[in-house]
Amino acid sequence: MAPTLPPPRLLPSGDSAITVEFSRNIDDAANRRVLALDRELAAEPIPGITETVPTYRSLLVHYDPVQIDFDTLGEKILGFVQRPVPASTKTRRWRIPVVYGGEHGIDLEDVAKTLNTTPDEIVARHVAGDYRVAMIGFTPGWSYLSGLADSLHMPRRKNPRLLTPAGTISIGGVQTGVQCLAGPSGWHLLGQTAVRTYQLHRDPTFLLEPGDNVTFTPVDAKTFAEQDRAAEAGEFIAEQIAS
Amino acid sequence: MSKLVITSIGPASSVQDGGRPGAQRYGLVPSGAMDRLALAAANTLVGNEPFAAAVEVGPFGAKLTARGGAVRVALAGAPRNADIAGRAVAPDTSATLADGETLTLGFARGGSFSYLAIEGGIAGEPMFGSLAVNARAGLGSPYPRPLQAGDELQTKAASGAPERRIELPAAPEAPIRVVFGPQDDEFADETKKLFLDSEWKISATSDRMGYRLEGPQLKHLHGHNIVSDGTVNGSLQVPGNGQPIVLMRDRGTSGGYPKIATVISADFGRLAQIPAGRGFRFRAVSMAEAQAEARKFAELLRTLPERLRAIESVDLNIDALHDANVAGHAVNAVDAGTWHAVSMAEIAGPD
Repeated sequence: MAPTLPPPRLLPSGDSAITVEFSRNIDDAANRRVLALDRELAAEPIPGITETVPTYRSLLVHYDPVQIDFDTLGEKILGFVQRPVPASTKTRRWRIPVVYGGEHGIDLEDVAKTLNTTPDEIVARHVAGDYRVAMIGFTPGWSYLSGLADSLHMPRRKNPRLLTPAGTISIGGVQTGVQCLAGPSGWHLLGQTAVRTYQLHRDPTFLLEPGDNVTFTPVDAKTFAEQDRAAEAGEFIAEQIAS
Repeated sequence: MSKLVITSIGPASSVQDGGRPGAQRYGLVPSGAMDRLALAAANTLVGNEPFAAAVEVGPFGAKLTARGGAVRVALAGAPRNADIAGRAVAPDTSATLADGETLTLGFARGGSFSYLAIEGGIAGEPMFGSLAVNARAGLGSPYPRPLQAGDELQTKAASGAPERRIELPAAPEAPIRVVFGPQDDEFADETKKLFLDSEWKISATSDRMGYRLEGPQLKHLHGHNIVSDGTVNGSLQVPGNGQPIVLMRDRGTSGGYPKIATVISADFGRLAQIPAGRGFRFRAVSMAEAQAEARKFAELLRTLPERLRAIESVDLNIDALHDANVAGHAVNAVDAGTWHAVSMAEIAGPD
């Protein structure tokens, strides 16, 4: 018999959004419930909901307070989450090429030193992982992945960098991520991918969805450069290995 | 085809509209006008849809010249001096530039953003249904960045329709209303009371992404890191230094600092218009009151066309508006209530 799951907390996020919080921590089970609720709300839309934003541990539900109020929407959401968590039906699986180290991953050596091992071993551990897109947030296409090996967990940098390159693959805390646009980051830079998780004028504009599975495969700098040119022309580069 | 050619413009001016909601799950924030009422009022004056793209003019001035034909415009939002070839343009009115004439906008007085709507709209290529500039995401049209001298905005020739003014409800200067949450339980009751009892100022380092507030330090109960969750317009997040940041239209879609409270949607535009350095306060309201205000605000937006008036009576109105400018009030979104003592029940928040 399935264990009874605690109900989520319904937290007001202003007058036009509810944070449906399943956990306060990064928690794989909570994230699966977030993504399940997200799927169910997409399949059976509640009038008044304008968009949903899944995160590690909560689903942010934006709504129009002219159409539905906080209490009514909250009750309807609690009705959804009392159902058993359905197994996700279709999982997309992507293989993302990464050039590790050197100018493409300037923190690889330091990470290896900190974790008392070699850069090659860090790469081996990172490519061995089977990751899931837990959430996409902050800036377009920034994909937060769960499933990082315990042996790669390490605190974020004390001084975040103000500008890290587009396509950066990094680790921070218990997470790894694919950064699409150049921007600030306090994570440790292991490598770079040519894959654009967000690219204007491409169909689809956004490649990854919350809930997708991701693995990484190492490539050399020459291959990266070729892939980068092809990606600029609109190719996905990421290989979809199952659907 | 007419166009407005920008001959000079200050920073923090960009093309904005109702924004591009729907892709926050991919990290794409909606952006859009900081003051939606002012945008809608300006557009209504020239017969556009309320959330059509317009020029959001930041605190500094601008000069725009009509080329290729006449251009009809309307200005609403922060009060500022405006003239067309020396003819004064009153706030909340439409006016027409003849071919070759220049519209000169002064600095904002008692507000931050004005909206210059253009009859027929601004020609551009919408992405996700919007022309709104989001420079970080490389989005916006006709230019995916803030406006600068030399930029050209293509539009339709002026229709020759009679000029109008619009009567917007005046509101007293009143606290910005918030509802507590989603992480107000990360703060002690006395910290929440301090938040409400204190005067705050918007820092000059603020921008469309966030307004940094200066005031007393708000202490966290359990440290300043939470696992990132979703943000909304008006989220009041409190980073490690204890100085809150109000997340504005170009915010990140997720954030990792506790959010003590959220500005109610009906007051967001009024907060956006508070100039840097001026003191203001917050007042906590119930969810029921916040949602009643949201419905009133939606009704105000819906009935803007009923507030259009012929320009003939503009003289009286100009006097009234000048009085308001002298007082230096921000443009208010709605009647925002009055100052009153905060009860402990309100401090405890809705949960």
